[in-house]
Amino acid sequence: MTGSGDLSVARVDDALCVRLAGVWSLERGLPSSAVVERALEGAGSVRRVVFDAAGLARWDSSLVTFVAQVEEGCVRRGLGVERGGLPPGLQRLLALAEAVPEKHDARLHEARVSIPARVGGAALAAWGETVGWLAFLGEATRAFGRLMIGRARYRRVDLVIELQDAGARALPIVTLISFLVGMIMAFVGAVQLQQFGASIYVANMVAIAMAREMGAMMTAIIMAGRTGSAYAAQLGTMNVSQEIDALTTMGIPAMDFLVLPRMVALSLMLPLLAVYADFVGMVGGAVVATGMLDVGLVQYWQQTKAALTITDFATGVGKSAVFGILVAVAGCLQGMRSGRSAAAVGGSATAAVVSAIVLIVVADGLFAVVFNVLGI
Amino acid sequence: MAYGSFVLMRDLTFEVRRGAVFVVMGGSGSGKSTLLRHLIGLNEPAAGEIFYGEDSFTRAAPEARERMLRRFGVLYQSGALFSSLTLAENVGLPLGEYTGLSPAEIREVAALKLALVGLRGFEDYYPSQISGGMQKRAGLARAIALDPDILFFDEPSAGLDPVSSRRLDDLILELRQSLGATVVVVTHELASIFAIGDDSVFLDAESRMIIASGPPRELLAHSGDPRVRAFLTRGEERPQVDSNG
Repeated sequence: MTGSGDLSVARVDDALCVRLAGVWSLERGLPSSAVVERALEGAGSVRRVVFDAAGLARWDSSLVTFVAQVEEGCVRRGLGVERGGLPPGLQRLLALAEAVPEKHDARLHEARVSIPARVGGAALAAWGETVGWLAFLGEATRAFGRLMIGRARYRRVDLVIELQDAGARALPIVTLISFLVGMIMAFVGAVQLQQFGASIYVANMVAIAMAREMGAMMTAIIMAGRTGSAYAAQLGTMNVSQEIDALTTMGIPAMDFLVLPRMVALSLMLPLLAVYADFVGMVGGAVVATGMLDVGLVQYWQQTKAALTITDFATGVGKSAVFGILVAVAGCLQGMRSGRSAAAVGGSATAAVVSAIVLIVVADGLFAVVFNVLGI
Repeated sequence: MAYGSFVLMRDLTFEVRRGAVFVVMGGSGSGKSTLLRHLIGLNEPAAGEIFYGEDSFTRAAPEARERMLRRFGVLYQSGALFSSLTLAENVGLPLGEYTGLSPAEIREVAALKLALVGLRGFEDYYPSQISGGMQKRAGLARAIALDPDILFFDEPSAGLDPVSSRRLDDLILELRQSLGATVVVVTHELASIFAIGDDSVFLDAESRMIIASGPPRELLAHSGDPRVRAFLTRGEERPQVDSNG
């Protein structure tokens, strides 16, 4: 019945003899001890179980597991087990497995948690998360205060490197994405507006959408994926290699030395990148408009200039400054709170991107409401 | 000493003499490294106080605490060098923070400290470019950058071959001599314990407290506790609980 070694059960006086023969190998599957169990149930007067391994050719862990299962069944029934018939190596392995008794609190009991307990646990975890955010924001604000009065301990070089990384190095990807976004919007608009013979208004649409919404939003999302996650991974790895501990015992606040340059760099660079993205997006729109519609380049330019007000730009730039802070805080916070394993660092990088994008979208929604009420 | 509601160790009371090499030993998971984290202020004790000299470290105001931290040198298990800085910059970082030296002077002192640990000429290497043993020695150079009064070592010989580990022990003793520093070492390496330890405590994971203290050699000679004996003799001297031996 099993694909593994041969197994038969026979009654000898008051004992049940388990005969093992052939090749027992894990590759052939793990045999079930059900045969022995059934035999034990059928025979009421059995007092002990013995083994006969005379015909056994080769064996590995499959046999050890099988014997351990049989023994467990015997212990449950209060029967004696004699290992004398087993190969000596197997006897030693069984003795080794039993050498250290099971600790009763060693097994993890996670499965059975009642629903109220789970709800409570989730609520406490959410509260802990909130407290963590607030504590981090508080510390970051204090570090920023120290920066303002010139008492923050960081290296200028680090700030310059971070500025370069969050600024100039991000230009290619920002260029590509915003150019394409501008083109896509122009395509969508062109199809609709052509029906009214109002193709020229593609310029208005692209300009206003880029300046007010898409420029800030797209750069923020790009930077969340590109730089926010990098911050979380860098700080998380520094946590793993005890670099943050080393800073702390040197009396240098990690907040000043590691977090401050990153937050300042990203918050300064994101508005600049957003303005750049606005222009590149409009160029993308112009390419579509001049290529697909009968709109000249100069005409498109004039129309764009007429459509845009300084307010449109200001709202976009203002938003992107806020987005920059959100992305930087999410990245640094997750990195600083990361656990001390490779999986934890990966998890914190993911959490940094996810929380940053959620925050960006929620904040954008709030801005929309506020601007609407204010009539901007 | 506790993580959340899980009490790791209780009733830890011990004294480290000035100028001694003090060993914290115990099996894996007995809380040696956690004890060290408490001593250097990375974890706060659930109850009790830590004193350095006359001053309480636990209740010190932030500024006073920072002043005390400046007298510490810590060598972490992995070296914990700042991966974005060269060795000279790593060693020079505390010098730049706490002294008025010019960059050129800092570099000179950093080069001297690196030479002390046998890393002359490696000033401009990044931590990722050198071996684990060298990283550890560079970590030691950074730990002694400010000529500390107290040096803490977390598993100094972990991941080192026997010869390098022996050299690090010699270096520890030499630095203790020349700097006049007190040394606290967390380790379970028997050879190191006997080679450098003047005094020690033994942490036990099961009973969660100190079960022995005193000079390691004396413990080996006189301790009646089977757990301590088993540890110090690598379990070769079998305690009597083992019946079928």
